[in-house]
Amino acid sequence: MIKFDQVSKRYPGNYETLKRISFEIEQGDLVFVTGASGAGKSTLLKLIAGLERPTSGTVLINSQNVSQLKAAAIPYLRRQFGLIFQDHKLLYDRNCYENVVLPLNINGIIGEDAAKRVRAALDKVGLLDKEKAMPITLSGGEQQRLAIARAVVSRPAFLIADEPTGNLDENYAAEILEFLYAFQQVGVTVIIASHEVPKHLPPEIASSIKVLHLQHGELV
Amino acid sequence: MSLWLTQHQQPLKLVIGRMRNNLMATLLMFCVIGVTLCLPAILYTVVDNLSRLTGGVESKPQISLFLKLDASNKTEIEAQLKKHADIASFEFVSKDDAWSKMQQDKNTADAAASLEKNPLPDAFYITPKKVSPDNMARLQEEMQKWDGVELAQVDANWVKRLDTILKLGKKAVFVLLVLLGFALITVIGNTIRLQIMTQREEIEVSKLIGATNPFIRRPFLYAGVLYGLGGGLAALLILTLVTLLFNFSVAEIADLYASNFRLHLPNGSSILVLLASATGLGWLGSYFAVNRTLAQFENL
Repeated sequence: MIKFDQVSKRYPGNYETLKRISFEIEQGDLVFVTGASGAGKSTLLKLIAGLERPTSGTVLINSQNVSQLKAAAIPYLRRQFGLIFQDHKLLYDRNCYENVVLPLNINGIIGEDAAKRVRAALDKVGLLDKEKAMPITLSGGEQQRLAIARAVVSRPAFLIADEPTGNLDENYAAEILEFLYAFQQVGVTVIIASHEVPKHLPPEIASSIKVLHLQHGELV
Repeated sequence: MSLWLTQHQQPLKLVIGRMRNNLMATLLMFCVIGVTLCLPAILYTVVDNLSRLTGGVESKPQISLFLKLDASNKTEIEAQLKKHADIASFEFVSKDDAWSKMQQDKNTADAAASLEKNPLPDAFYITPKKVSPDNMARLQEEMQKWDGVELAQVDANWVKRLDTILKLGKKAVFVLLVLLGFALITVIGNTIRLQIMTQREEIEVSKLIGATNPFIRRPFLYAGVLYGLGGGLAALLILTLVTLLFNFSVAEIADLYASNFRLHLPNGSSILVLLASATGLGWLGSYFAVNRTLAQFENL
């Protein structure tokens, strides 16, 4: 469960990016964070994933107060999240397998255990045959799928995607979203930032989505 | 336990893999460290061998014990010398023997002829077990007090001089080691810093998905340690080759002095010290670099 209470974020020498935001996300929700560029979507996601700390207010993640966590505890908080970025943030000097195995290694899982889980994740996104390929040889959609595989390989409770389809054409975008919906169907909390809620939502999820619409740093 | 093992095995494998991929650069790094380290190591070998020389030369320093002309306790002194724990051997030369030698020797025969009677005393020539200057001085002092002894004389001033020079040499080794050690820390630190820069992206991504700071530091620390160890091995190789090369010339000189003196190759403990200090310097260099350079990522 994620709970924001009167959360503000101000960067040094800047106006308030987020102004007194309050909301709750339940386990297993599918949440869209929408709004124009600069409305504060990315900042909101960073606060959720423990990449930033709020200037004021409280952020509770599984009833842990992020502001009160010690610096050494932050990495363990982040491991509960699978992150997908608009620019993928893949490592281009490693092949697909090595990219996906990174979160497992960080968790201290190596060897055969890790290999099984990496192959399962690659299989889920349809890239099992590209295991040895370098990411640069993949198409944009495939790279984003690889990023999804990396985000889910350590079976996080939350999946956070910051404009995952921003650089993709419509077909690829729909495909990516379907992967994300599939994880929500098995109980993962999925949070997606995008300009607007996608038009063609499958009927089984259209009823269950939550929308947080941001305008100039405020929820409307 | 197994988690701990994994945490260390994994970065080690990663670093060895990276080093293998940049084999030329890695070997070059080993060479730089090796050459730097072998300078003090060679100097140390020379000094160390010379100090062995002071103990091992054939004309060992002796103590000459001249008895009083009227001394009657020659046999007692001889017994005392036999019992003494610090004395390796001694030789007695009676005044008559010395006198006849002096008369026979061409150089001293004239001087002997001008003397009316034998002025020479009985004498013992003593070779102590330990020839260190301290020991010699102590023995000399002790014997000087014995009854019937006119003069106990150490003919070992050169031992003292050589010893002083060797002490100076040891100091020089130490100073050189400290200075070059500092240079090595800087060189290794800089290399590690550059590696951190080229892996910036990877560090950032790892931080985002929950890597702890130790997880990120470990591969770089291991890289430093491995550079040090590789450099130490290179230094050892160079040192061995140089010693063998020197020994050709040393053998020629030693033969002229009818000595079988040779430079000794580094032994177990000096190999250990060399490798340990190289590894330590590598670790130190990378530790400083990692601390300074990774600080900028740590508020991420």
